[in-house]
Amino acid sequence: MKTLETLTFECETGNYHTFCPISCVAWLYQKIEDSFFLVVGTKTCGYFLQNALGVMIFAEPRYAMAELEEGDISAQLNDQEELGRICRQIKRDRDPSVIIWIGTCTTEIIKMDLEGIGPKLEKELGLPIIVARANGLDYAFTQGEDTVLAAMTHRCPEYQSKKDEQQQYPVENIDKPDVILSKLSGSISKAIEHQSHDHILVLFGSLPSTVASQLNSELERQSIRVSGWLPSQRYTELPSLGKGVYVCGVNPFLSRTATTLMRRRKCQLIGAPFPIGPDGTRAWIEKICSVFNIEPYGLEERENKIWKGLRDYLEIVTGKSIFFMGDNLLEISLARFLIRCGMIVYEIGIPYMDKRYQAAELSLLQDTCIKMNKPMPRIVEKPDNYNQMQRMHELRPDLAITGMAHANPLEARGIDTKWSVEFTFAQIHGFINSKDVLELVTRPLRRNTDLGALGWNNLSKQALTT
Amino acid sequence: MKLAYWMYAGPAHIGTLRIASSFRNVHAIMHAPLGDDYFNVMRSMLERERDFTPVTASIVDRHVLARGSQEKVINNINRKDEEQRPDLIVLTPTCTSSILQEDLQNFVDRASINSVSDVILADVNHYRVNELQAADRTLEQIVRHCLDKARNQNGLNCSVTDKPSANIIGTSTLGFHNQHDCRELKRLLQDLGIVVNQVVPEGGSLKELKDLPRAWFNIIPYREIGLMTAILLEKEYGMPYISTTPMGILDTADFIRQIEIHMNAWNFLLPNGSVHYKPYIENQTKFVSQAAWFSRSIDCQNLAGKEAVVFGDATHAASITKILVKEMGIHVSCSGTYCKHDTKWFIEQVQGLCDEVLITEDHTEVGDTIACIQPFAIFGTQMERHIGKRLDIPSGVISSPVHIQNFPLGYRPFLGYEGTNQIADLVYNSFTLGMEDHLLDVFGGHDTKEVITKMLSTDTDLDWTAESQSELNKIPGFVRGRVKRNTEIFAKQNNITKITVDVMYAAKEKLSQ
Repeated sequence: MKTLETLTFECETGNYHTFCPISCVAWLYQKIEDSFFLVVGTKTCGYFLQNALGVMIFAEPRYAMAELEEGDISAQLNDQEELGRICRQIKRDRDPSVIIWIGTCTTEIIKMDLEGIGPKLEKELGLPIIVARANGLDYAFTQGEDTVLAAMTHRCPEYQSKKDEQQQYPVENIDKPDVILSKLSGSISKAIEHQSHDHILVLFGSLPSTVASQLNSELERQSIRVSGWLPSQRYTELPSLGKGVYVCGVNPFLSRTATTLMRRRKCQLIGAPFPIGPDGTRAWIEKICSVFNIEPYGLEERENKIWKGLRDYLEIVTGKSIFFMGDNLLEISLARFLIRCGMIVYEIGIPYMDKRYQAAELSLLQDTCIKMNKPMPRIVEKPDNYNQMQRMHELRPDLAITGMAHANPLEARGIDTKWSVEFTFAQIHGFINSKDVLELVTRPLRRNTDLGALGWNNLSKQALTT
Repeated sequence: MKLAYWMYAGPAHIGTLRIASSFRNVHAIMHAPLGDDYFNVMRSMLERERDFTPVTASIVDRHVLARGSQEKVINNINRKDEEQRPDLIVLTPTCTSSILQEDLQNFVDRASINSVSDVILADVNHYRVNELQAADRTLEQIVRHCLDKARNQNGLNCSVTDKPSANIIGTSTLGFHNQHDCRELKRLLQDLGIVVNQVVPEGGSLKELKDLPRAWFNIIPYREIGLMTAILLEKEYGMPYISTTPMGILDTADFIRQIEIHMNAWNFLLPNGSVHYKPYIENQTKFVSQAAWFSRSIDCQNLAGKEAVVFGDATHAASITKILVKEMGIHVSCSGTYCKHDTKWFIEQVQGLCDEVLITEDHTEVGDTIACIQPFAIFGTQMERHIGKRLDIPSGVISSPVHIQNFPLGYRPFLGYEGTNQIADLVYNSFTLGMEDHLLDVFGGHDTKEVITKMLSTDTDLDWTAESQSELNKIPGFVRGRVKRNTEIFAKQNNITKITVDVMYAAKEKLSQ
């Protein structure tokens, strides 16, 4: 493979495997504790959710299908009456603080006016109804979260003046660092000397609450206070937005949310690489600090310390090659981190590439390639899985990051794989969780070191390309 | 509109894909939006398939919505034709294409002009049929297509084979224990001196389908898939079929007796004249299968009159009900199926064997019924297993929909004589576990409890703050214990007595170094 000087972008046919964006209900209903997600779609959507979410379905989930029947499609039934009946039932049985309607391909095609019906029923039921169109016609997998958060942005209260704000969000919300702990790590003491400053920072992107508070305390060390998260743990706790509020994304697939925050809520977007891997986390914090005119404190040592902790993993991955088939939009950030770890990335498949929203991440990727003296990977938007198989056959990467539809067949042909979906559900953000990313990446490599001597690498009678 | 949390049978296209991908060298192209190819994940994960699932999508996106698919579907068909040269390409409609109402048949006709592969449009309507009905229909459609083609080319040989032979019709990918059942059926036929002519669709080849009519008769092990094909073959080629499912000792015997009749219709072709399977049935029942002896043994006595609930697809629910009642003396309080389209047949089968018949697709209705009855054991799908868990009632899985653990590597047929053994084990294990549990309740649990708790004591003198405790509770159950332990070790090492959230993070960080 020839070495490229700069990042190249290609676009293929879009014949690739990914999850339907309605899958975002899986993590969002758990994140937003008082919500209920209603997917307005067909049996196809329901079947996907029930199979993709496996055991979660049995734990009285706070999501359901409004399954469209023939009468709905042919408009013999009245959409508003039908949705009203279902939502009343949900309100009665579950009493959520908000119902989120997920529009699907079918509601798009039959042009069901969810945005029009929503406000009417909202008034009738006395319950907020948010409409997000997370359909497979327009979006892939994690972009579903993007559509939900973009819709939720409109429901955040208006940010008033500084005084009001401080009353609304008392400082006690954030855990004060423990004194014993500051002695232990020796790095927080400086943060405590600083007074909380005036800037209002809201982070957007759904993360498990532990990871969110870890990132909060990372910024706290730099004496930056996070005044809220979109989404919050509860719908009733959505952060205030408005002019003068700074926002920063934690995930690469949130470009619509970012746009909505800027254009509709007049927030100021901090464009930074994403806090995945110690390099990304440091760059993310540095960028936020620079916007707030704060000299980052002790970041370099902290990053180095984390890298040192990763030594054992780096030994495994260094020099190994990797191929991202692309399905969840985390690919650029993960590739950048793995190149920094010493891996060679052949190809970064990605469903959709927003070069503006990901600008800082892309430039960090480029810098990392130069710094590590590694070839620039090709970035393939809307990849074609069949063509990718041909390329993989030629390149024989040490590891393929791929969806579950291809993982077993690739393993049977002697190519190690890691399911890309796991990166969506695992905790991969911040300094602390860098290890978890490498834990995932090295798992197939470690497993196969153990099994390698058995010589059972090709377990399919077919060749790779058929 | 229907509020739905869960469904028993999948959408129609899943059925079509199950049939198409069961055949060798058949490729299905779905006319569907991005993300609808979830079938590939299921096949690759549940069946642990080594090969790429021969299903791709011709993606329906915004452009298609605005201007129609135009040449896109045709190009995708022709591209696949060139890339992989399948024997057949099945264009598969989905719920999306049902509403778009594009003329898919026209695409198929036009694509056929340039393709070497045959191309057909799966004739299934998303809003009218479910997964099982669609699978039945698609199988018939493919068989019809191949036979018609062979007949038109004068390539059809309808003379019966010299040796007695049978077709097994209906075993397919993602079917409940289908592969094991198929192996067991082959073994049974071999015992009876019958050659397997063809097995469709699983592993079948379209090039060989033209020889389907050469078998002496057809075997349809499952009601849901294959019956339409059998009726087609009977009508057009005069082939008799057996639709009795050989599940359980009685029905297996009945099944073999039917084979005897079909065999003896051609007795002039048989080397030794008419066959008599009675001694074989008797020997298998009494001495080879353990199930008949098992139901006489004193273990099974304990099961007599115990209440059970059965729910599943029509084939399995009906057969298991018969086995429980007739062969084991268990009292079936309620027997039910989600195969609404086969209601009449199901009621006929279980009538008189149970107190109540339940026909529904609503799992909450099944759950409520079970909760009211409070049976000793449940035999159902994965859903009923979870209902059982919630109600603390043991359960055995006897039907789809199922999860990965119901695709065992070991040999686990439900059909034939080995199947009777497997079912006996399944039933017995469900009940004894239930009894054991019950006895524990009566005697107030294991008397060794206290000693064990002392041994496993995790009490420490560490103080978890309310915040850190709630943080800990957010951690998924299966790792919570470990996180707690690691944090406490870290705290002890650093002489911390009060565990705050920050201590937890510091511990995790320390651990990752």
